Amino acid sequence: MARVVVDVMLKPEILDPQGQAVQRALPRLGFEGIADVRQGKRFELELEGPVDDAALARIREMAETFLANTVIEDFTVKVES
Amino acid sequence: MTARIGVVTFPGTLDDRDTQRAVRVAGAEPVPLWHRDKDLHQVDAVVLPGGFSYGDYLRAGAISRFSPVMESIIAGAKDGLPVLGICNGFQVLTETHLLPGAMLRNNHLHFICRDQKLRVENNSTSWTADYEQGQEISIPLKNIDGRYVADERVLDELEAEGRVVFRYADWNPNGSLRDIAGITNAAGNVVGLMPHPEHAVESLIGTGRTDGLGFFTSILKKLVHAS
Repeated sequence: MARVVVDVMLKPEILDPQGQAVQRALPRLGFEGIADVRQGKRFELELEGPVDDAALARIREMAETFLANTVIEDFTVKVES
Repeated sequence: MTARIGVVTFPGTLDDRDTQRAVRVAGAEPVPLWHRDKDLHQVDAVVLPGGFSYGDYLRAGAISRFSPVMESIIAGAKDGLPVLGICNGFQVLTETHLLPGAMLRNNHLHFICRDQKLRVENNSTSWTADYEQGQEISIPLKNIDGRYVADERVLDELEAEGRVVFRYADWNPNGSLRDIAGITNAAGNVVGLMPHPEHAVESLIGTGRTDGLGFFTSILKKLVHAS
């Protein structure tokens, strides 16, 4: 079965307090050297049919209208073999 | 004849009953609207109440926005139907893009539940005509995703057109840009805000203030005057 992954991240200019909270916790846990953390969402879509241009176009439409809110978020679509 | 004001219930809505009560206290007739029913039952206005519709899954308001009742409300709002979104309802309105911007996690990451002072910055909308311009009111605020964001261009446009309807006074509780607590669309029929006017309509409960009642009397007067 074909898998398509959609990653959704807050736009760089949007404050991400959850990522900041994770980053601040790291030194306390002994993980040094991390300058910044941004938290996002990953969607793994299992397709019933083949990953062709039409399927990818629909997935981009899905990401644009539903999975991401493009007012605050960017997304990427990747095909996994 | 009084006005009929629809109150939407999504799965996970919490404040529909309080909102219906607020509508009744103001003297209008509340009409329950169900998320799966496209029919708006000839209501004169709609309130989207607070809560956690669809568990806030994906993003607050993101799934409710695609429910059948919202199709009719979006179409109605574009034709001038007065719509008020409170808290989760405001989040739904930004997800539909009837109102610009978006709501994100509070900058301090805590759920907040307190009485919040607001300044009324636009008393010419369908929902705020009973307030004085610049009036300070105090109503409950309870949320974790209350940080209003929009890009600078949108914020400047909102300010220039007087579409910031409410601003947090004294203290910004969540990091909302420019202290914005509520906004309206260009036509003034769609208003969204994070704090809860429906919880402040009777002197018996809460702070004993009735500062939220004006939302419901404003819309009632407008509708009765129009008919």
